Parts: sequence; structure tokens; C-alpha cells
Amino acid sequence: MNQAVSTGSPAESPSFKREMLQILPNLRAFAYSLCRRHDLADDLVQEVIVKAWSKQSSFEMGTNMKAWLFTIMRNEFYSAMRKKGREVPDPDGSFTARLSSQPGQYGVMDLNDFKTALDQLPDDQKEAIILVGASGFAYEEAAEICGCAVGTMKSRVSRARTRLEELLQISGAADYGPDATSSAATARATSG
Amino acid sequence: MNDHHNKPGGSAGRNPYDKTEDATSEISKRLRALYDSVQTEPIPDRFLDLLEKLDEVDAPPNAGSQRK
Repeated sequence: MNQAVSTGSPAESPSFKREMLQILPNLRAFAYSLCRRHDLADDLVQEVIVKAWSKQSSFEMGTNMKAWLFTIMRNEFYSAMRKKGREVPDPDGSFTARLSSQPGQYGVMDLNDFKTALDQLPDDQKEAIILVGASGFAYEEAAEICGCAVGTMKSRVSRARTRLEELLQISGAADYGPDATSSAATARATSG
Repeated sequence: MNDHHNKPGGSAGRNPYDKTEDATSEISKRLRALYDSVQTEPIPDRFLDLLEKLDEVDAPPNAGSQRK
């Protein structure tokens, strides 16, 4: 499977590139969650690709490239934000249009509500729940990416969950009343 | 420690102890659905082109003797 491991410099980049390509969709989704706009998110992804490529020699093949790339992205994003004086970009309106073409299990309204709720979280809690709940990192990895203690990461995720539950008024079966369609869809998706 | 859900019926058997778990998994599912809406998009050409270019710059075809 992994042909030509470290036989000199030209052989290094193909597997570096291949691994990067595999992570790219996940990285893009993280970029979007940070930037909230597809154009800005893709610009950020581009910066990260170039940066990572230039730091290629400092990366050890076989170690966690995903965490490495996410760390670079996070640093790039926050240093750009600091330079711009923390201006928060307006979320793009194309999200709804994009989503309606996705045959997902949730209605567009459900996910837009969720997105609005997510945007109300403090940055540290938001990125915590995304890294652990969506990007697929362990608490330890997420803590390393964000440069905090594991315990801090855990409590951020848990606070984020609690806050989202409050904001979305999801507190269990009893509250599903007005939202029966999405609940049914969920049940269907779970059984599948 | 929280292995308290015996769901015999499967579908509608929600008991009050599941409340928190339900809410947590509902949050997780929506979060993932939102994230996946971007993650499942095909990789835009601009990134494929960029990687192609970087690769060419990095390893020109006649660079056999050039080592780091």
C-alpha cells in the first residue's frame, strides 16, 4: 500500500501530498466552522496548504498529520484575526442554498437553527465541541491543538453541550413535541 | 457507569433516564450533520491544482541528485 517510503526527497512529497488530500475535506469543514464563510474558509485552507508544504521537513511522516494541519490552521486563523482586530466576518447566505441540495437527515431550518446556536458560543467552547464532536479528535489531541490542558478541553466541550442544549431547548424526549419531523428523521437515521 | 438503558422495544422506548443522553446525542448528530455538509463536498480544483504545483516545484523531474 505505502510504496516507496523515504527513498530520498522526491519520494517524500507524494505520500505527504496523498495524506494531505485525505485530510483536506475535514480541514475544509473546520475552516468553515472558524470562518463561517465559504470564500474565507477556502482562502484559509489555501494558506494552510502552502504553510504546511513549506514546513514539510519539520513534519515526521507517520505521526499525526491531521492534528498537525489543524494546529497550523488554528494558528493561522487566530493570528489573522488578531491582525485584523478581531473582526468577525458575516456568515454567508449561500449556506442555506448549499444545504438544500444535500440529501441530509435534517431539514435546512434545523441546521440553520443549530448553526445560529453554535455561533453564540464563546470561541473556545465552539472550537472544542467541533474538534471533539465533529472533526473526530480525542480530548488529548484537541487539547494539544488548542494548547490547553485535557481537563480544560473536557470542561469546554461539556459547557458547550450544555449551552447548546439550552439554546436549542433540547432537554430530552418531552421537548420534541413541536419538532416531531426531525425527531422521526433522527429515529430513522439511528436505526439505519 | 451509565449503562441504564435497556430498550426492549427499540423505537419509542424512551425512559426518563435517557433524557441527558438523548439531548447529548441530538447535539452531536446536528453538529456532525452541519460539519458533514462541508466535509462531503468534493475537494475544489483550486486545491488539487495548488498541490500539483507545489509538488512540481518541490520535486522537479531532473532532481535525482538533489537531496535535502
